[in-house]
Amino acid sequence: MTLGAITLGHYLSLGAILFALSVIGIFLNRRNLIVLLMAIELMLLAVNLNFIAFSHYLPLEADRMAGQVFVFFILTVAAAEAAIGLAILVVLFRNRASINVEELNELKG
Amino acid sequence: MNTITGLFYVFSAVLLFAAFRVITARSTVVAALFLVLSFFSASCIWMLLRAEFLAITLVLVYVGAVMVLFLFVVMMLDVNTDKFREGFWTHLPLAGLVGAVIALQMALVLMRGFQLEAPAATPRDLEMGNTKLLGIELYTHYLYPLQLAAVLLLVAIIAAIALTLRARKDSRRMDPGQQVRVKKADRVRLVKMDPTIETPSAPKQEGGTP
Repeated sequence: MTLGAITLGHYLSLGAILFALSVIGIFLNRRNLIVLLMAIELMLLAVNLNFIAFSHYLPLEADRMAGQVFVFFILTVAAAEAAIGLAILVVLFRNRASINVEELNELKG
Repeated sequence: MNTITGLFYVFSAVLLFAAFRVITARSTVVAALFLVLSFFSASCIWMLLRAEFLAITLVLVYVGAVMVLFLFVVMMLDVNTDKFREGFWTHLPLAGLVGAVIALQMALVLMRGFQLEAPAATPRDLEMGNTKLLGIELYTHYLYPLQLAAVLLLVAIIAAIALTLRARKDSRRMDPGQQVRVKKADRVRLVKMDPTIETPSAPKQEGGTP
């Protein structure tokens, strides 16, 4: 790894380190539901970074924008996921007065 | 070492530091604000990759909408975070080991196999710009998925509202549907009754009556 020109591997390694950091975050904060959601957002960011890096380094010019289109759709789904996840979180807090994952151990049908 | 190389390392360092603070911050508000910082530096890295439209979209959509929503929820819920952090540091060695193994494995494979140099920008790129190219691609080849994504967002809006909507029991509001459907018979009741006959108690002054 030299300090020369930035290759595709640099961007992919950055994405891998970011993904690993968010895996560690899920390990450490497994009781706090909000931080879990934030770690999932970080994972999605790492995935998006990989997609954009691949689309930038693709030699074929015709297919180059496909990766960015994919990132566009991932952003859409992630926004929907965050909205619904936070809505569920608010309802959960209203009913149980807690967002501790370890206290959420009952099902009621 | 040209400018892009230097900028890449600076923004990567900021991004990784912010991500580290997101997962270790004591307060959830601080974690959310560091997540905003990591989105900003990721957007700068996407700028280096010549994805200007997506970089600006990341700032607008994520920092402008999603993170504001996160901060709103974090500040609305009165959560005691000290309880969550019992045994936080005892799990750190195992978690750090797993994370380091994942990152090292992936980086080893990736740095070996993907030593690609960036292709030069084509004349078409320089002439039209990233936003226009993305728009052409999106509206010619991906029109149907785009509309599906729009429907998905609508579903998300309705689901979020339906989940958190709490109707008040004591409100005295009218139902407009009932108001519109009202019939004449509900409001006016015609009563059949005998006509009242006025008894001439006092004679009229002007006269002229037969």
